[in-house]
Amino acid sequence: MKIAVLVKEVPDAAVEKRIDSGTKRLDRSGEKNLNPFDTHAIEAAMQLREGGAVQVDEIVAVTMGPESSKSALTKAVSLGADRSVQLTDDGLAGSDVNATGYALAKVLESESPDLVLLGQQSDDGECYAVGAVVADHLKMPSLTQVVKLEASGDTLTCERQAEYGYDTVKVTLPAVISVGDAINEPRYPSLKAIMGAKKKPLETKSAGDVGIDAGKVGESGSKTQVLGLNPPPQKASGELIADADDDIDGAVAKIVSWLDERKLI
Amino acid sequence: MAGILVYVLAKDGEFNKNSLGAISEAAKLAGQLGGEASAIVVGGDFADDKLATLGAYGAAKVYKVSGPEGLAQPAVDAMAKVMTDNGLDVALFGGGLLGLEIGAGLAARIDAGVTMEATGAKADGGKIVVERPVLQDSQIVDVGFSGKAVVIGRLNSFEPNDGVGAAGAVETVDVEFNDFSLKAELVTRGEQRGEDVNIEDADILIAGGRGLGEKDKFGLCEDLAGALGGAVAATRAVVDAGWYPYAAQIGQTGKTVAPKLYLAAGISGAIQHKVGMQASENIVAINKDPNAPIFEFSDLGIVGDLHKIVPKLTEAIKAKKGA
Repeated sequence: MKIAVLVKEVPDAAVEKRIDSGTKRLDRSGEKNLNPFDTHAIEAAMQLREGGAVQVDEIVAVTMGPESSKSALTKAVSLGADRSVQLTDDGLAGSDVNATGYALAKVLESESPDLVLLGQQSDDGECYAVGAVVADHLKMPSLTQVVKLEASGDTLTCERQAEYGYDTVKVTLPAVISVGDAINEPRYPSLKAIMGAKKKPLETKSAGDVGIDAGKVGESGSKTQVLGLNPPPQKASGELIADADDDIDGAVAKIVSWLDERKLI
Repeated sequence: MAGILVYVLAKDGEFNKNSLGAISEAAKLAGQLGGEASAIVVGGDFADDKLATLGAYGAAKVYKVSGPEGLAQPAVDAMAKVMTDNGLDVALFGGGLLGLEIGAGLAARIDAGVTMEATGAKADGGKIVVERPVLQDSQIVDVGFSGKAVVIGRLNSFEPNDGVGAAGAVETVDVEFNDFSLKAELVTRGEQRGEDVNIEDADILIAGGRGLGEKDKFGLCEDLAGALGGAVAATRAVVDAGWYPYAAQIGQTGKTVAPKLYLAAGISGAIQHKVGMQASENIVAINKDPNAPIFEFSDLGIVGDLHKIVPKLTEAIKAKKGA
C-alpha cells in the first residue's frame, strides 16, 4: 500500500496572525511550521505501517505552497515519511479551498496512492474541507475527522464523531481520510531522523508538470472573492484576573464575589 | 439567481434544527434575490406529508431522494443532480460535520465557490455575499462568488422560523449514485458513548477540557458543580479521549447550551466549542494560557492553574453557602 499524506506549512502558533488589508490574504510572513494537525496524519500512516495488518510500502508527504514550504516537508519526513513532493508555482498563489483541492488532486494523481491522509484542518485557514474536495476530484470515497482507523485488506474501518454521536464507517480503498487530533499522540522525531530528513528525496513539481489547468487555480481561477474585511461587532471586554497563581486565595475571593454579585451562588 | 437548495440532515425521522434554520435563512435570501428556496432530504424513508412540513420553514419545494443516509457523497450526487436539472445555483447548509463534507464535495463537483463557517448571508446587487469570521473570530470577511455558490453555515447561526410558508411541494428524484459514493458504508450511526447525563436543563454548567490533564481530574469539576448546584459538561477532545460521556459534550458535534453560568476549566475555546456555548449568560474561564481564545469571549477570565484554583473555589463556595 502506498500512502500519501497531505501537509501544509502554516504560520507558527506563536505568530499573531493577521490579514493583509491590501491583498486580503492571510499575511504568511514570519516564522512558519508544519501544520500541527498534519502531524496526526503522518503518525496515523506510521501506525498503519507498524501495525502490520496491511503492508505499507511507501509513505509520501505532499504539499502545495511557496518555496519555503520545503521545510514542512522536511519535518514530515523526519516524522516518518519516506520521501516528499512539493507542488510549487506562482500561478497557484491565492487559490481558494476548491482551487487548492483541485491542484492537490492533480499532484496526487501523479502519485496514485491507495490512501490519502490529511489533518482535520489547517491551523490558519480553519477550513476542514479540503479532503472532501480532493476526494471528489479523485473519485474516491472520503471521510473527515476520523479518530480511529483500522485497516484490513482493502477495507478501512473508521470511527468518528458526527452530529448525533459516534459513527462507524467501512470504506473501501483507495480513499481520502482526514484524521482528527484525537486519533493519536504524534511521536517526536529522533535526532537521527531530523538529521537524515534532508537527505531523503524531495521532488519539486510545477502546475504544468501535473497537468493543472491554469484557469482553475490561483486568484483568478478561484470562484470566491474576499470583498471586504471588517472587525467583529464590539463586545464589552470581560474582566481578567491575570497571574492568579501568585495569589490563589485573592483570586478565589474575587471569583466568589463576582459570582455572588450576579446571584449565581 | 434562480434558487437556493438546502440540505436537510435528519435522523430517526426528525429533521435537524440547524437544517431548519438554514431553510429559513435560504427563504429570506431567496426573497432578496428574487428566487425561491427548496430543500433536499436524502434517505430516511420519510412520508411525503412529513417532508411537506419543511414548507413552513420556507421550502417551496422538497426533493426526496432514496439512498444511504448519514454519509456525504451520496448527498453530493443527489444535490448536484437536483441543482443541474433545476438550474439552481446556490446550496446552503446549516453547518455540522456532514454539511462541511457534502458542501465541499459539491463545490468540487459543480465547480462552485465554497465558504464555510458563514454567520450570515445577504443579497448585494442581485448576488449573494456571505459573512465569515476568520482568525479565531478576530476579523469578519465578506465573501462574494463568481458563478455558483456553496455556503456552509456556522452551527446555530440560522434560527428556524416555522411561520414562513405553506406546505412544500414534494418531488421524488431518482439518483444514480457514483460507484465511489457507495464505497463508504455506515455500520453504526450516532452511537452514544458513556452514560446518559442531562446537561441541557442545568442553569449552571462546569465544563472541563484537556487542561484538566487526566480523566480523574474531572472530579474537580464534579465537586465544584456539586457546590454550585450545577452539572458537568465536557469538550470534544476529552470525550474522544474517553474521559467523559458523549452526552455531556458541548459544541459542533455535541450539545448547544445557554445556562446562566458556564464555567470553563482548562478549555482553550476553539470555535467548535464556542458555537455550543457562546449564548450562555455568564462565561467564566480558568486557563493557564493567557493567549487562550476563550478569554476573548469570557465575562470573567482567570489566568492560572485550575488544579490549585478550582478546589479552593469549591471550598469557598461551600463556606459561603453554609454561612
